[in-house]
This record gives sequence, C-alpha cells and structure tokens, in this order.
Amino acid sequence: MSDVIDRPILAEEAAAKSRLRIIDCDVHPSIHAHSDIEQFMPKRWQEHLRTYGSHLRTPYIGTTPYPRSSPLIARRDAWPPTGGPPGSDLDFMRKQHLDPLDIEYGILQVLDLFIFSQQNLEFGAAIQRAINDWQLAFWSDRDPRLKASILAGQDDTQLAIAEIERCAKIGRYVQINVCPRANEPLGRRRYWPIYARAQELGLPLGIHVGGYGGHAPTGGGWPSYYAEEHQSNAHTMAAQLTSLVLEGVPERFPNLKIIFIEGGFGWIPSATWRMDRHFEAFRSEVPHLKRRPSEYVKEHFWFTTQPIDEPDEGKHLRSLIEWVGVDRLLFSSDYPHWDFDDPRYAFRTPLTETERRKIFNGNARALYKL
Amino acid sequence: MTRHIVARTSDIPPGGNKVFGVDGRDIVVFHVNGEFFALLNRCPHAGAPLEKAACVARLTSPEPGVYERSRVGELLRCAWHGWEFDMRNGQSWFDPKRVKIRSYPVSVESGEVLQKGPYVAETFPVHVEDSYVIIET
Ligand code: FES
Repeated sequence: MSDVIDRPILAEEAAAKSRLRIIDCDVHPSIHAHSDIEQFMPKRWQEHLRTYGSHLRTPYIGTTPYPRSSPLIARRDAWPPTGGPPGSDLDFMRKQHLDPLDIEYGILQVLDLFIFSQQNLEFGAAIQRAINDWQLAFWSDRDPRLKASILAGQDDTQLAIAEIERCAKIGRYVQINVCPRANEPLGRRRYWPIYARAQELGLPLGIHVGGYGGHAPTGGGWPSYYAEEHQSNAHTMAAQLTSLVLEGVPERFPNLKIIFIEGGFGWIPSATWRMDRHFEAFRSEVPHLKRRPSEYVKEHFWFTTQPIDEPDEGKHLRSLIEWVGVDRLLFSSDYPHWDFDDPRYAFRTPLTETERRKIFNGNARALYKL
Repeated sequence: MTRHIVARTSDIPPGGNKVFGVDGRDIVVFHVNGEFFALLNRCPHAGAPLEKAACVARLTSPEPGVYERSRVGELLRCAWHGWEFDMRNGQSWFDPKRVKIRSYPVSVESGEVLQKGPYVAETFPVHVEDSYVIIET
C-alpha cells in the first residue's frame, strides 16, 4: 500500500523543462472584521448592517450555512496563527498557499456576508460595492498575484449595471460575477443587459456556486443533509448551463465567455449529450438556436476543476477530461475551504505536459487576459 | 525494526499530538484516553498534515434515526476533505481494504527499563524516573 494513493505524476511531469506556474481560479479571501468593509460603505448602510444584518432568502432564520462539515467550511489547518477566520490574513495565505504552490495568479472569489442572497437588494448592492473596493485595497493592491472580480447581484439589473460601470472604470477587475441561485434561471432575458455589458467590456462572466435564490437547492426540494446539499451544486450548475444555452445567451452574445466555478465537471458530458438529444426532438420549440447545444458549450463555457471528481479508476477521469475538453478546464483549489484540491495531487490520472500547461495555466491566462 | 525514543509521556498532553522527525519521515503521535498512537503525518488521500486532523468519535447508526457514539477521540477526521481513519491501525472506515495511513507500533516504557535495554535513544536523554514513548519503524 502506498503512502499516498497512486500519486500519478509522470516521470516527464517531474522533469518538465520549464517550471509550470499555476493560475488558481478560485481563492477565497475573507473579511477579518466587519470594520474592514464598513469604511467602503456609506453611513446609512453601515447602520443597516449593524441594526438588521443579513436578511436572506433562506426559508427559516438560522438556516445560514455554518458549520458545514467544518467551521467556516474551512480546512482545519487554514486558521491564521494571528487570529481571524481562514482566508483573512494575506501573509498566512502567501505562506500556506501562494508561495509553496507557486501560484502565478489567484482569482479572488468572495462569499462573505452572503453577498448574492440579500433580500434587500439595495443593501446587497451596497455590500457588493464595498467588497469590490475591499478586494483591491486589502488584496490586489498588496499582492499583484491576486485578481479581483466585480460582484454584481443580478436580481436588480440596474444596480448591477451601475456597479459594473463603476468598477470597469477602475479597470482592474478580471471578471464579472453573478450568482447561480438567482430568482430566475440565468438564461432569462431580465439578465441580458448584464451579459450585453460583459460582452462589450470583454470581461468573462463568472458563476461561483453558492447563494440562496429562495428556491430549494434541488429540483426535488429541500435536502436533509449537507452531503445532499453539496451534491446539489452540480445539479444547480447543470440547470444553469441548460438555461443559458437553451434560452440562447451564447447565440445572442457570441463573444461572451462564461465560467462555471466550483461546480466540478463530471456532470458536463451527460448534460450536453442530453441537451443535444432533446434539441433534435424539440428543435421547433427553440428555433433561436442555430447549432447543437454541445457546440455552444464547447465554445462559450469554461469550468474550474474543483471539486474534482474522483472515480475509482484513473482512466475514467481521463475519459471525462477528454469528453469535457482539455481547453475547457481551469485549475482551481478553493483555498482555504474544506474540499480544497492540491494541484500536486488533484488529478489522479496522468496528464501530458501540454495538457497540464493548458489546465494549470494557459487556458486561464488567455481567458482572463493575464 | 529500530526503536526510537521520541518523547516523555508528559510531553504530549491528553487529546493532543506531537510531530517527530524520525529517519526522514514526519511521524505524528497522538495521546488519547491514556494510549499513544503513531502515524505517518500525511493523509493518504491528498497529503494533508494529520497533526491538524480532528480527533472524533466513531458514529454508527444500526438503523435510520438511531445513533451511537463509541471510541471517543480515537478516530481521525482529516483536516481537508474529512476522510476518517482509525488511529489504532491507520485504516479508513469507508474503504478499509484500499485506503490506509501508515501506522507504527508504539510502546510506553519507564526510564528504568530503557536504561537497561540496548535501545536507541534518538531524541531524549533517558531519566530513570520518567516514562517514555517509543516508536518502532
Ligand atoms: S487530504 Fe485527507 S481527506 Fe483529503
């Protein structure tokens, strides 16, 4: 029995001529103290935060998500020795993650304060704005490896567009993030002005799992267990991919690039095979689609790798990667969360050097124009 | 088998652990309910340091809705993806045949006995009045 299950690093991977630096498309920074973001919020909303806090779209008070598997869904070794929650201390993040794993760029994904699930849309917009400023001041300005995303809650399109414009002027953000658990499926036309603006600005649209849209997270209702809910991240992503494609978003916005973050990728082949079959049968219902759904998926969508599927046999992961396409995958670690993937061990199947370069660096470099 | 004296029993508090470098390996020793367990400090899944794992109980359910806790503190729950292992032998609960942490035999002996025996004192000068944790590799 090996100490680490079949660590599948090929001899040629170990001896690769040039160093492979990593672009990690999912790094979670967190707020050390509320006062850190209050400085970016007008007094009116600071007081609101203190007086009312979050009003979320979950059905019952107290159904907010922690602990889920581990406190703050974090790796137990990621609590900074200086105090504060995991992900809140840049020096510790450098020491534990960015430096030892040779991260060239880390794309920041903020989940704090349930930014996308605030029932009060103006308060939600105030938090998004504050966090967008905080990402630059506390992270990107202090470490140029860390790249910020424009968080824009899509349920009030006007507020979202205003925030996108404001951040686009600053010019330092690499993508626009919306939430997969919105009030309506993401392909619906009410959201199209956001997609139009993202396309014009040349910024990819990032969709990170999580949030509460007010609906049960599975098509079958509210799950009993976290294990069930965690599984539902994949169904949610599959539903949103279907909605975006079948409602015609890539057809209408051919230059828009869409990235699904933290949804894994095992579900993609069957979702696209199924869509293609349905397209043959129901073509006249969706005449706005000019091509097979899988063709849109192959050209307009990208997927981050974590949580990577771990079939018992490495060759099945290999087939999966080929079905999804090496060009579609972007490495992500999800640091510092509990289901973190270490780039050295994440792929339990050998990859050629060309494939590694694409997945760990090249695809993200091109997509985010880094 | 080489025997390595790595610590005084009092150096590892109950419920705690300590990592020792032995022959180029990091070995973590846990102190649970008066017993000591030594394991390679590395999760067989993706390499997380086991010193950060949680020491938990075994939770079983003979039928839906009935829960039983046993062997409190003797199971390790990895700091990253939460895989659970038995501290006694390093075996995983979910796939005991395939997945296992490397474990080492541990014993506790008094300084008196150790001074008489031909043992390798790697880390500690031995005092007759103390008890020591010994790992075999
Ligand atoms: S590294 Fe231990 S469970 Fe994954």
